[in-house]
Amino acid sequence: MSVAAAGSPELLRTLARVQARRRLVALALTLPLLLFLLATFLVPIGALLVRAVENPEVVTALPRSTALLADWDRKSEPPAAAFAALATDLGKLDRSADAGALARRLNSEVPGARSLVMGTYRATQDELRADQLKPEQVREQMLALDERWAELKYWRAIAKNASRWTPDYLLTAVDLRRNVDGEIEKVSPDLAVFTGILLRTFNISAVVTLTCLLLGYPLAYWLSTLPARKANVLMILVLVPFWTSILVRVAAWIVLLQREGLVNKALLALNVVDAPLTLLFNRTGVIISMTHILLPFMILPLYSVMKSVPPTYLRAAVSLGSAPLAAFFRVYVPQTWPGIGAGTLLVFILSIGYYVTPALLGGASDQMISYYIAQYINVDVNWGMACALGAVLLAATLVLYSVYRRVVKAELSLG
Amino acid sequence: MKTTTLIAAIAACLALPALAQSQLTVVNFGGANGAAQKKAYFEPFEKAAGAKVVAVEYNGEQAKIKAMVETKKVTWDVVEVESPDVNRGCDEALFERLDWSKLGPKADFLKAAVHECGVGTFVWSTVLAFDADKLKTAPTNWADFWDVKKYPGKRGMRKGARYNLEFALMADGVKTADVYKVLATKDGAERAFKKLTALKSNIQWWEAGAQPPQFLVAGDVVMSTAYNGRIDAAQREGKNLQIAWAGGIYDLDYWVIPKGSPNKDLAMKYIAMASTPEAQSEYAKLISYGPTNVKALPKLDAKVLGQLPTSPANSKDALQFNIKFWADQGEALEKRFASWATQ
Repeated sequence: MSVAAAGSPELLRTLARVQARRRLVALALTLPLLLFLLATFLVPIGALLVRAVENPEVVTALPRSTALLADWDRKSEPPAAAFAALATDLGKLDRSADAGALARRLNSEVPGARSLVMGTYRATQDELRADQLKPEQVREQMLALDERWAELKYWRAIAKNASRWTPDYLLTAVDLRRNVDGEIEKVSPDLAVFTGILLRTFNISAVVTLTCLLLGYPLAYWLSTLPARKANVLMILVLVPFWTSILVRVAAWIVLLQREGLVNKALLALNVVDAPLTLLFNRTGVIISMTHILLPFMILPLYSVMKSVPPTYLRAAVSLGSAPLAAFFRVYVPQTWPGIGAGTLLVFILSIGYYVTPALLGGASDQMISYYIAQYINVDVNWGMACALGAVLLAATLVLYSVYRRVVKAELSLG
Repeated sequence: MKTTTLIAAIAACLALPALAQSQLTVVNFGGANGAAQKKAYFEPFEKAAGAKVVAVEYNGEQAKIKAMVETKKVTWDVVEVESPDVNRGCDEALFERLDWSKLGPKADFLKAAVHECGVGTFVWSTVLAFDADKLKTAPTNWADFWDVKKYPGKRGMRKGARYNLEFALMADGVKTADVYKVLATKDGAERAFKKLTALKSNIQWWEAGAQPPQFLVAGDVVMSTAYNGRIDAAQREGKNLQIAWAGGIYDLDYWVIPKGSPNKDLAMKYIAMASTPEAQSEYAKLISYGPTNVKALPKLDAKVLGQLPTSPANSKDALQFNIKFWADQGEALEKRFASWATQ
C-alpha cells in the first residue's frame, strides 16, 4: 500500500472513512443507552400524553348512536331513532368489557351513568331486542326500564364523546370544562379542585426547598472547611439516612412527632409549651419529614461546589478591608451559585412528585398532586384523568425548568 | 454416594415444574387479616389439595389486576377485593364468572355474598371506636362523635368521602334506613358536607387501617372511625378499646379470580374450601370479621359472636354499604371531598 501525498483526494477519502467508522463505533456504544432511554422514558411519556387525550370507549361501543346524535340539537329530547340506535349498539356488544368501559367513561362525565348503562346493557342482552321492535317501542321500553333515559344529560354525554380524541381530561385537570354548546368555561367552585392542588404542590415544594437550603448551606460550608478525614465521617452521617428506606424514616418521624412523642415530651419538660403541639397529620409534619428526606440532595451538590472554591478569595477580601459577613455574602456565596441552583432544582423537582410522605403524615388538605393521580389510577381506575394530571405536572415542571435556565443561564450542573 | 446425590438433585430439578403447576397465588390485604387467612384457609388447603399457596399482599389496587388482564399475563389466581371493585371489575370483565354449582348452595350464604363474579368471604364494619380508659361516659352514636362540647378533643376519620358522608348524615339525625336516600339528593350531599365542616377543625385524618388504634392508644384522638377487626386486634393485645356499634357501616370483601388465571380450577377449589362453614368459623375465631356462610354461625360461641358485625345485637342499627350508590357517585363525591378539604 502506497503512502498518499498530503492533501491528496485519496488521503481525504481515507480520513473521511476513518471518521465515519469512528462515529459509527461511538453511535454503537451509545446505542444501548439511547434504546434504554427510548424504552423507559420517551415511550412511556408519549403513551401518557396519548392516554390523556384518547377517548375510544364511547365511539367503539356506540358507533350508530354517536353518528345519529351528531345532528341532534342537544336541547330537546333525542329522536326515537336514537333510542333504537343505542339499544342496537348495546345489544351488539359481545364483550361485556366494552360495556363496562363505556359505563365507566360516561359515569366519570355524569355520575349515575354507570348503573344506567349497565342496567340497559343487561336488558339488551336479554329481553330488549331492538331489531324486532319499532323505534317508538324501543323508546318506551327503555324509559320503562329506567326513567333516567328521559334526562338529557346522559344523551349529551354520549353526543359529546363522539370523537376518538377529547380535550376533556386535560380541561378537567385545570378546572375547566366544555358546556353544552362546546364552549370552554370554568367549573363550579365546589368542583374546582386541581388548580388548588397544583398550587399546594408547588407551595409545599417551595417551602421544603427553602428549608433544605437554609439548613443545608451552613452544613455544607462547614463540611467543606473541615479536613478530609473528619469531613468524610460527617458525610457518612448525612448519607446514612439517605440510604434508609423512606417508609422507615416516615415511621420514625411518627414516633418522634406524635402527641406523646419525644419532641413534645422534651418541649413540655423544658416548659417551652404548655400543651403538646400538633406536629403530625398536618402541613408541619409533611414539611419536617420531606425536608429531612431531601436534605442530602441539597447538601451533596453544595458540598461538591464548595470544595472547589478556593478559601484564599475570602481571606483576600477580608484582608482588603471587607467585614467578614459582607465578604462571605459578596465574595463566597456568588461562587457557590451553581451548587445552590443544582441543589434547589433537584430538591424542588423531587418534592413535587412526593406521594408516600404526605399520604402518611399529612391531613386531607396536605395531599399533593401524586396522591390524586394514584387515586385515579387505583381507586377510580380512570387512567385518562390520571394521565392528564400527569401531563399537567410534566408541563408545569418543564416551564419551571426553562425559567430556571433563564435565571441561572446555565445547564444543570452537579458541580 | 456422590452419584446418588447428583441423581437426586437432577430429579429434584425435573420435579420442580410439576411442583410449580400446583401452586396457587392468593392475594389479600395482609396484616391481622392476612395472618388469620393463612391459618384458617391457606394451611388447611395446602394439606387437603397438596398445592402450595403463595400469599401476596396488596392494598386494593385494581390497576394491577387491570394491567395483568389487559396484557394477558395473569399471575394472581385468587384475589380478595372490596365490594365496589367486585362490581366494577365484573362489568369490565376483569374477573372470571363463577360456577356456583361448585361452591355450595347459594341459600347457605348471605344474600350480599352471592355475586356472579365473586364470593363474599367475610363481613367487616367501619365503626365508632374509643379508648374506654380515657372517656368517662362512653359515646353511643354519631351525634356523640360530633359533640365536641361533651367530648373535647380530636376525632380520627378516614381521608376521603366514603363512610364519612354517611356518618355525617346519621349525626345530623337522618335515620339509618334513609341515609342513602338522602345522600342521593343534591341537598342531602350538601347537608353531609356541611355537617363535616362543623367538625373539620377537630378531625385528624387517617390513611391506613392500622392508624386509628394507634391514634386512640397514643391519646391523639378521643374517638375514631375504625375497622372493627383492627379494634379487635388491639383488644387482643390488652388495650381497652371499645366499639359503639350503632350506625356502623358494614360491607363484604370478596374472593375473585382474575380473568385468564392459569390455575382457575385450583382457584375454584380454594374458594369453595374457604367458603365452607368449618373454615369460616375457624377464621372468625382468629379475627372478628363475620362469616358469610350462615352455617358457620352455630359453630361459634357467644363470646366470639358478640364481637362480630353480623351478630344480632351489633347489626341492629347498622347500615349496609351501598355498592351501587358509590359505584355511580363515588368519583364525583371524592372529587368534591378533595375540593372541600382545600377550602
